[in-house]
Amino acid sequence: MAENFLYFTELLGLPVYDLKHRRIGRVKDAALVPLIHPARIDRYLVGAGSSWLSVRFDQIATISLDGIELSNEKLYPYHADEYMLRIQRDLLDQQIIDVNGRKVVRVTDVSLQVRHDDRDSLEVLEVDVGVRSILRRLLQGWVPPRWVRRLQSPISPNSIRWEFCNIVEADPLRRLRLNISNEKLEHMHPADLADIVEELGPAERESIFETIDSEVAAEALSEIDPRMQASILEALEPEVAADIVEEMSPDQAADALSELTDETSAEILEEMEGEPVSEVKELLEFDEDTAGGMMNTEAIVLPEQTTLAEAMVQLREHEDLLENTHVLFLSGAGGRVTASVPLARLFLADGDTQLKDLAVERLIFTTVDETKDRVTELFDKYNLLALPVVDEAGALAGVITADDVISVLRRS
Amino acid sequence: MLETLARFKKHILIFFAVLGPGFITAMVDNDSGGIYTYSQAGARWLYLPLWTLLPITVALIVTQEMCSRMGAVTGKGLSDLIREEFGLRMTFMIMILLVLANLTNIMAEFAGVATALGLFGVSKLISVPIAAVLAWFIAVKGNYRSVEKIFLFACVIYVAYIVAGILVKPDWKQAMIYSVRPQLMLDSGYITMLIAMVGTTIAPWMQFYLQAAVVEKGITTKEYKESRFEVIVGCFGTQIIAFFIIVACAGAYRDHPTDITDAAQAALALKPFSQWAAPLFGAGLLNASIFAACILPLSTAYSVCEGMGFESGIGKRWREAPIFYWLYTLLIVVGAGVVILPNFPLVQMILLSQVLNGMLLPFILIFMIILINKTHLMKEWKNPPSYNIVAWLTVIIVIGMTLALTGITIRNPG
Repeated sequence: MAENFLYFTELLGLPVYDLKHRRIGRVKDAALVPLIHPARIDRYLVGAGSSWLSVRFDQIATISLDGIELSNEKLYPYHADEYMLRIQRDLLDQQIIDVNGRKVVRVTDVSLQVRHDDRDSLEVLEVDVGVRSILRRLLQGWVPPRWVRRLQSPISPNSIRWEFCNIVEADPLRRLRLNISNEKLEHMHPADLADIVEELGPAERESIFETIDSEVAAEALSEIDPRMQASILEALEPEVAADIVEEMSPDQAADALSELTDETSAEILEEMEGEPVSEVKELLEFDEDTAGGMMNTEAIVLPEQTTLAEAMVQLREHEDLLENTHVLFLSGAGGRVTASVPLARLFLADGDTQLKDLAVERLIFTTVDETKDRVTELFDKYNLLALPVVDEAGALAGVITADDVISVLRRS
Repeated sequence: MLETLARFKKHILIFFAVLGPGFITAMVDNDSGGIYTYSQAGARWLYLPLWTLLPITVALIVTQEMCSRMGAVTGKGLSDLIREEFGLRMTFMIMILLVLANLTNIMAEFAGVATALGLFGVSKLISVPIAAVLAWFIAVKGNYRSVEKIFLFACVIYVAYIVAGILVKPDWKQAMIYSVRPQLMLDSGYITMLIAMVGTTIAPWMQFYLQAAVVEKGITTKEYKESRFEVIVGCFGTQIIAFFIIVACAGAYRDHPTDITDAAQAALALKPFSQWAAPLFGAGLLNASIFAACILPLSTAYSVCEGMGFESGIGKRWREAPIFYWLYTLLIVVGAGVVILPNFPLVQMILLSQVLNGMLLPFILIFMIILINKTHLMKEWKNPPSYNIVAWLTVIIVIGMTLALTGITIRNPG
């Protein structure tokens, strides 16, 4: 009977027969060689007597629940090979990341697809988790596979397609040899990635931040608990850490750095390049519990007389800031902030309207040394989305946005 | 000088930041079973067993330190590590034993609630269901930080035993002498009692809970020094409480050593010495029982779900982690439910829990030492050879004693 799929638990212990149908041993493990093919089982490790033989996929004629028939008898003893991802040893019972389901799962079994071309071969189809696969593992070797298949049928399956699995491997050399990239993680939402990373051990955590794109790493890191942020940054090489911190917004970068020891944070600042460094350094001067410590220095300030048409030109130039900008600020004589203009109001006016005519009636602002409780109070009382923070001279020092306040509230 | 002070201040700050896991685990160790065993020891043998507390503290520190170190270095729970290194079948067997052992422990905790509130004249038909609902809500509706605060507060209530011990005015000179002078007697009752004291102090669930709590708290190798200190302080703290429980009972029964059958009897014996001693003793028991009744089901559900790879965590919703919540709820409902049942063989259940713990503990302790010596897990944090000798010695002695206790329990039940 030709099966279309085979569980790894069924493959284990399957007898292997040579050309004369003599049994040479049983399957002990199977391995992918990801550099050659991402899903095909490339080697079957067969226990024969006291040693293991290595069977290549193209030496096999047929595969079924009754056993594996070889088409070629030139078998070699198995040598530990660093390019092999062994399913039993390296995958079963280990944690992997389910990129689609956005969680860390533990592999219980693996479903293999049997391809019937000119010879039978196996490809990893899914990674199985949950009760159904646990049952298979518990009964494996004690109850015949066909009975197990019948017994498990009332339980609903729970599996993850192989292409959505991201293997977690902390050793960089092994990652290279096994062709493991963390590229799939880069397509996740940074907040989901942050949740996943928090569930992993420190070594795995650091390896992810070392390998993924620094922009994604920065966004994910911003979402992580500050204490864990610090331990991650401290474990990374200063250059790698600096690349990530550079991509963070200055206020989040300053928050992250303020959790580190002075030496580490100085080391990272040393490695950082570009203009935000000075802003980060300035922000680091402020006490964490004040408006200065909460604010972000990225804001758009325009002269009072600016017309809407001119403003649009300016906005196009500051495209990178737009995502987090809800309000524009106007400055008068001596650089003092005089008014704020909600971005939405720009849509309703003509091109030659002056921005100050669009401003909200009364400017609510605070100073850099205001306490964080008072800041929260202002947001609540005036229903703000953004609150400008001014220095002694009345010039804009930064902006606190609603998401900063939510973070503060969640942490207390 | 200033620099030393600054460094000291930094350590203190980190200490308070990591405070929680070690302290709570050690304190919950004095649960209703523990309090009963210590009361029994004091009531029957007065000050004689006090010398065992110091060696027990050392054994407790050795085992707890290894768990918290594994948690801090690997960032994984003990059941995670067992699954990864010893496979699914072994994990499954351990989890079955753990669930059964902890379920019987939970029954003992709710029985403790019934006994303690019985002292204040509250029927168990009222006290036990209320305690069960409370235990369920505290964990499900809280988050790790708020729950930890409640638990740390519960740790403070153990001071009741210190006050009760002082009120009884025991013979402090004898207490001090016997704390350091080993008393060995070839009396089967005495030996059983010594073994029971070890058995009640080092329990399988603690290793799982402590390691999980260290991971949950996000303690890493960076704060490990302070975390280890916290574990040690907790172990000493819990043994100081044990000391006062024994001393209080020894003081109360100084003229007529008695075999007591529950902790309430010990509390009542304190009455003649001060009107406050008995209520304090009862309050301590109530606190300890509820405390453990909150932690045990939660810890069990976490360990099982992590080991078997089910979704877990009080941050998840019921629908996202059904097995976790069902297991947790069932443990509380069954654990509390049987205590209310009339004629339920509770004493046998508690004996059964000792047997199950005794069967489980050797596996857990041996796995722990194997795990902590794996370079790929622990890197430079694995056990140094000298520490391994201490660890193996401790483990062998503890296992020997636990097996002896199991044997005694099976041979003469009741």
